[in-house]
Amino acid sequence: MSTPTGSAATATHTNFHAAETRRLAATPSGLIRCEDVNVYYGEFRAVTGVNLEFGRNEITALIGPSGCGKSTLLRSLNRMNDLVDGARVEGTVLFQDEDIYAKAVDPIEVRRRIGMVFQKPNPFPKSIYDNIAYGPRVTGMKVDNMDDLVEEALTRSALWGEVKDKLKQSAFGLSGGQQQRLCIARTIAVQPDVILMDEPCSALDPIATSRIEDLMHELRKDYTIIIVTHNMQQAARVADRTAFFTALADESTGDRTGVLVEYDLTRNIFEQPQDQRTEDYISGRFG
Amino acid sequence: MSPTSTTATQPLRASAPIATGRNGEMRPSALAFLLLLWLSLFVAFAVLITLLITIFLTGQNKLSTALLFNFPSADPDEAGARPAILGSVWAIGATAVMTLPLGIAAAVHLEEFADRKRWFNRFIELNVQNLAAVPSIVYGLLALAFLSMLGVTNKNIVIGGAFALTLLILPVIIIATREALRAVPREIRDGSLALGATQWQTTWRQVLPASVPGIATGSILALSRALGEAAPLLVLGALVYITFDPNGLLSGYTTLPIQIFNWTGRPQEGFHELAGATSILLLAVLILMNALAIFIRNKFQKRW
Amino acid sequence: MTAIIERRGGPASGRAPAPASSFAGRRRPGEFLIKLALRLAAAVTVVTTVGILIALLIPSLSFFAEVPVLEFLFGTRWAPRFADASFGVLPLVTATLWTTLIALLVAVPFGLGAATLLAEYARPRVRKVLKPLLEILAGIPTVVYGFFALQFVQGTVLRDWLHLPTGAFSVLAAGLVMGVMIIPTIASIAEDAMSAVPQALRQGSAALGANRMQTTLRVVFPAALSGIVAAVVLGISRAVGETMIVAIAAGNQAQLVTNPLDQGQTMTGFIANAALGDSRVGSLEYNTLFAVGLLLFLITLLINFISIRFVRRFREAY
Repeated sequence: MSTPTGSAATATHTNFHAAETRRLAATPSGLIRCEDVNVYYGEFRAVTGVNLEFGRNEITALIGPSGCGKSTLLRSLNRMNDLVDGARVEGTVLFQDEDIYAKAVDPIEVRRRIGMVFQKPNPFPKSIYDNIAYGPRVTGMKVDNMDDLVEEALTRSALWGEVKDKLKQSAFGLSGGQQQRLCIARTIAVQPDVILMDEPCSALDPIATSRIEDLMHELRKDYTIIIVTHNMQQAARVADRTAFFTALADESTGDRTGVLVEYDLTRNIFEQPQDQRTEDYISGRFG
Repeated sequence: MSPTSTTATQPLRASAPIATGRNGEMRPSALAFLLLLWLSLFVAFAVLITLLITIFLTGQNKLSTALLFNFPSADPDEAGARPAILGSVWAIGATAVMTLPLGIAAAVHLEEFADRKRWFNRFIELNVQNLAAVPSIVYGLLALAFLSMLGVTNKNIVIGGAFALTLLILPVIIIATREALRAVPREIRDGSLALGATQWQTTWRQVLPASVPGIATGSILALSRALGEAAPLLVLGALVYITFDPNGLLSGYTTLPIQIFNWTGRPQEGFHELAGATSILLLAVLILMNALAIFIRNKFQKRW
Repeated sequence: MTAIIERRGGPASGRAPAPASSFAGRRRPGEFLIKLALRLAAAVTVVTTVGILIALLIPSLSFFAEVPVLEFLFGTRWAPRFADASFGVLPLVTATLWTTLIALLVAVPFGLGAATLLAEYARPRVRKVLKPLLEILAGIPTVVYGFFALQFVQGTVLRDWLHLPTGAFSVLAAGLVMGVMIIPTIASIAEDAMSAVPQALRQGSAALGANRMQTTLRVVFPAALSGIVAAVVLGISRAVGETMIVAIAAGNQAQLVTNPLDQGQTMTGFIANAALGDSRVGSLEYNTLFAVGLLLFLITLLINFISIRFVRRFREAY
């Protein structure tokens, strides 16, 4: 590995521990693929021409300045954008080689298979137990023993030890970091293949953040994780691959649309960015 | 000290001191204004207190168990409001059973499922707002026409009055329920849908349970309004002499407001006292209902 | 970690790839029925409006087959039950106008005054107490107001204390009490409108050296104007549609009212009183009820539309 260039090194004082210890393929074997995806809100094109392949059992980070469509793209991966009036996806999003926007596809099922954790923890106003049990109940999962399922989900989310004595208490009594781990636990409870995370730590303090980042490393063994973050250091800490987005201004309308600039192993993005815009963002010249 | 140039600026005056000893907020005009405002509030409350006092003074003699247990009679000293009490219970009970499911279901549809952009749904919203402002007596006419169409001759039956009251407070229930549903934050719905729940599952298992306090409050207030209504029932012929206990949906009946109206119109002072006493009874029940609604709201309302 | 539940879904766990599952999902017929039921419930509101229109129109058409529309609208003698019957509705309309006008003379100044006090001057804790107290006025049943109007306002105040030349009933007593009843309606909407005016406007005015009265009169009122107008218009609608107070206190004689101390019968009062008699379904007497009802409905419909437009305008402004 060549010595990192000065600016890139100072900007990202991190360890690439995660990427080093795993031998990653140069190109990902796509569990989810975007082929020429454009996302519109009415007439406004929020995301333009994205071609991206997310690796199975990898953590992929989407980074870039605000307003460049990262969250919009993320929400298109599990059809949450369907709920927004006037939102429209053109192009193809393939999950295991199936177009998730095809007519025969049930968006409800898509959302079970591709789960989502939100920026602000949003537990239900129910007990901790019922928060976890909700997903399996409504999706009709065959469950032999719900107590065991709840325990497993909480254990996998590194929360079991802290809440095992208060499962029946309201989820609102937990701290912010605990609530977010609860949201991860309830997502896991419906056995998704992919977990999407939309800036999951931006509402949390650094200690809670690092616990969730550790959790992500654990979860990667069983799930594919795609995370939107505006924190570059976080991307460098957790992600196997990183996609850098930026916003292009349309000359005529002045609207800004998001485009994918560069996508590579995280190490390469931070140490040997191919595109000048990537280098500018990494080194903090803008964004 | 003025400059000699012809385009001279104004010479600097010594600024007027700002410690004038006066207060702009206390100018006579401002004080008079404030006084008028307080007067408005005062007048409103003064009339309210006067009303309560006069009602009480008029009716206090007749506040007794006889009021609760006796039937109406030509002799004011013997008369009571028993059929009216039971009739009100029957009428409001039947109304609640009909209007609550209907109103809550309609509100859920409009708030959670209907596509807001389609003109038809906006028309329904406008329609509900309009119905909420239609004079109550028109609902009586509607019930009258409907029952005539069905061939019902004696329209003064519990189900007839309940029909008119149901439609009367339906818009109020819809509006209050929609507000309660709207208060549930979007994140709860998003969280549920992201797990693979359908929209109905989300509504039934998350949104409705979370909005129960608001719906309960709104419903109790709407029903208390129905309890005090007389005009639609008059149109259905409620002003008859009832000397039996109303005992079924098809039974004849009368209600507390109708009984008050009845006794108010009689010449004898004794009946006016009865009207006053029944008014006190009605107000007491309404106060209890409103207190219950406020209690539910304060105790159970979720703070998100 | 044991997988206790039979795992559904695709091969994302790193095991040998299984054949890709499709997103067929479950069929949900129950939900379809439920959503249909909800839609029908919402449709009931439309059916109600249509029902009101039909219910009023059909007897009215029979009525107007016998009584010319112009005679109805512009005649000055209302005596539908006399042998020598006359169906000029103007006495009812003028009585309604009188009661409405008197009610507004009470409700608008006092209602706006209370609203201004609550919105501009009262501290939040004071507001929290006063606002619900004002709502009590709105919660008193109108029949009790009517009783109060007849016994106390008309009997005690106007006759006994003030010795005014008036009889057992008067349009004035009914109008005054109706006005008090409407105060909370006007106050509540006007207060909402004034509270919605951004604080920035008030601060801008204060920064220029205006006192609170000037800010209120010159900045807040104009900014909240459409909401205030909406409040007044809604008050008018309530006054026109009110029945019990006028049925009890305004009197039963349908005459062209020229003096507020006289009695009179309003449109609503007529319907309430006429329904007490026995009218055969389909008879002219029966149809008369609906003709007056139709007129009442159309008038309030017009007023409500005006009000809703003003409310929308003020809600959109901020």
